[in-house]
Amino acid sequence: MNGVHDMGGMQGLGRPEPEPEGHAFHAAWEGRVHAMSLASPTRSNIDAGRHQRELIPGPEYLRMSYYEKWFRSLSDRLIEQGLVTPEELATGQADPAAPRATPRLLAPDVEPALNRRGSYVREIAAPARFKPGDAVRARNIHPDGHTRLPRYVRGRSGLILRVNGAHVFPDSHAHGQGEDPRPLYTVRFTAQELWGEAANPRDSVSLDLWEPYLERA
Amino acid sequence: MALRVKALESLLVEKGLVDAAALDAIVDHFEHKVGPRNGARVVARAWIDPAYKARLLEDATAAIAELGYAGGQGEHMVVVENTAQAHNLVVCTLCSCYPWPVLGLPPVWYKSSPYRSRAVIDPRGVIAEFGTELAEDVEVRVWDSTAEIRYLVLPQRPAGTEDLSEEALAALVTRDGMIGTAKL
Repeated sequence: MNGVHDMGGMQGLGRPEPEPEGHAFHAAWEGRVHAMSLASPTRSNIDAGRHQRELIPGPEYLRMSYYEKWFRSLSDRLIEQGLVTPEELATGQADPAAPRATPRLLAPDVEPALNRRGSYVREIAAPARFKPGDAVRARNIHPDGHTRLPRYVRGRSGLILRVNGAHVFPDSHAHGQGEDPRPLYTVRFTAQELWGEAANPRDSVSLDLWEPYLERA
Repeated sequence: MALRVKALESLLVEKGLVDAAALDAIVDHFEHKVGPRNGARVVARAWIDPAYKARLLEDATAAIAELGYAGGQGEHMVVVENTAQAHNLVVCTLCSCYPWPVLGLPPVWYKSSPYRSRAVIDPRGVIAEFGTELAEDVEVRVWDSTAEIRYLVLPQRPAGTEDLSEEALAALVTRDGMIGTAKL
């Protein structure tokens, strides 16, 4: 979807404010939101979670801090999936009639779970359509669901830099349509192709793009 | 926010949906087990061990796992090397993708609208605001983390560090140097 989250190339959003190293969280509640988001037994996946945050209305999205967005999407998910009721969320008190669950994740399991080597690569039968050095163009598409094809490269041409095997396809995975793995390519665009003649002719931007986003140039 | 979050946590614990001790362990992981010191060890090893550096540039996920770092948001790692001719900068324009096992959680600016919007269109301006001026003839390569591949910049080893130990070298490596907003 063409939401405000897709902000690559926008101007007028301010200056980054450098900060020293050493703080994972900037308030204790941020750590609790992060931890609850990872530990809650909601049915979700990384792509559905991202899409949920993209669905926060634009003006609010821009105003909210990072962990306010996480809190909002966690609360929404808990209610949508019937794990808590809006009344419980409002009062902070569990409905005495509701059954008690057993936590999915216990403290001794946390380190192994967080250090597990996962993978988004899947074997598929179809060969990759493109190879390194091929000229491709990012398709001019505007899906209204989740996509990882930013607006700033749509319609622009670049070169395949690397073929990364088939990866879980977010446009399907975010919407309950399975993993639908597709070949994933690293594609390099020159800065001039993206931003015009005024850009430095040496510079480039590379993105990781799935095959359905690309056509031969 | 603190009160609302506290209320949600009490509710989830009361309903048996989360275990408070597990939440403590998750917070501890991100505060103490992962962070840019992990990445700094990877960089220092690459500086002193050419065979390790070659493995790191060939298959970063495996080479980083050799040092014991793996996990969520580090499933598919790629290391990009800064040289005298090329400087790399990492961003996630769509959200906040960042290599947690080697850098920990991202700083606020990395997740913020100003950085996400400008890193791709004005990388030299952004880098300058962080205090580094890049020469016109240096090639700037921006990596927008749009999939589950996570990027780590291998900074140039500072001059005059030939006699330093691996540990002392790691102490020179900064988080911003491994994102690319700074040089060392």
